[in-house]
Amino acid sequence: MSKFTKKKSSEVPAVNTASLPDIVFMLLFFFMVVTVLRDNNLLVQNTLPKADQVEKLKKDRSVYIYAGKPSQRYQDKYGTEGKIQIGDKYTDVGNIKFALTELRAKLRPELQDKVMVALKVDEETNTGLVSDIKQELRELNMLKIIYITTPGNETEN
Amino acid sequence: MARRATPEVNAGSMADIAFLLLIFFLVTTTIEKDKGIARQLPPMEEVEPEDVIIKQKNLFVVNVNKSDQLLVEEELMDLKDLRQAAIAFLDNGGAPAGDPLYCSYCKGQRDPASSDNPDKAVISVQNDRLTSYKMYIAVQNELVAAYNFLRDRESQRLYGWKFTEVKKAIDEGSFQGDEEAVQEKLENIQQLFPMKLSEAQPKKQGQ
Repeated sequence: MSKFTKKKSSEVPAVNTASLPDIVFMLLFFFMVVTVLRDNNLLVQNTLPKADQVEKLKKDRSVYIYAGKPSQRYQDKYGTEGKIQIGDKYTDVGNIKFALTELRAKLRPELQDKVMVALKVDEETNTGLVSDIKQELRELNMLKIIYITTPGNETEN
Repeated sequence: MARRATPEVNAGSMADIAFLLLIFFLVTTTIEKDKGIARQLPPMEEVEPEDVIIKQKNLFVVNVNKSDQLLVEEELMDLKDLRQAAIAFLDNGGAPAGDPLYCSYCKGQRDPASSDNPDKAVISVQNDRLTSYKMYIAVQNELVAAYNFLRDRESQRLYGWKFTEVKKAIDEGSFQGDEEAVQEKLENIQQLFPMKLSEAQPKKQGQ
């Protein structure tokens, strides 16, 4: 049984890295669970305004409307006027109803009546565009809206 | 070799693979934290409703022009003063004692030239189409803050907790205790200071 007898080594033993994969996997699973893959890429600039009197958005019953100037790389093509984005393409004011009806159909059936429209509008946009959107929403009878904001307060700076 | 043991799979690169995946998810993660100001739009009316007459003194007009300047009750005002002005207006309780509109819980100036009662008080925001969205949200935020301040004060007085804190706890699902009873109290408070924000159609530029 001389095979199992160890020679005392005078060197410092290497750090045991056998549990490293376990640690990494743990982190991996954490991030896998919390990850929401960005499902639509932004075609508009989207710096949200600041507000602190906010409520939380219920994700499962909301549809998103983005608005703002076209992003830098699309400005040659679409100019710098404020634009509306629903899903992953630009939408005209006249097309909002159609696009939103389509989006709403993707929600869970029991939540379709409680749909909430989340407006992610760039702070540089004119209010006129927003009120056009709101007018369309009223005609569509989707009356619950939420203006998405970032934490902070405009008066503090 | 006489002994045929199956050789162990080399797991040395397992960590590398896991790291690769980890970095991928790290990069693509966006921890969603969407919050915002919720609003209910007025429904489309089939028939144009008759103009409801609101007494001038019960109306608090906030005008925002195209260069983001505030005109509150015909006076220029800074954004930071808007909250106090709105609180003073809502909390005024101008109706005299004995009047059916008398507001027993108001702590304001009781100026007969300002709002009679929080229930009657209407804040009207008028925007220009060229007002920036940033300003629009800032104004909305200040007005909501005014309501929240008053609601907090009343719930503190009546029940000993803050309206906004309890509401937030319920929203987040971290509220401990009887939710239904509290829900009723929240509605009570909301009735004391009902949010009456009116938004006129933005004016076209130059009108």
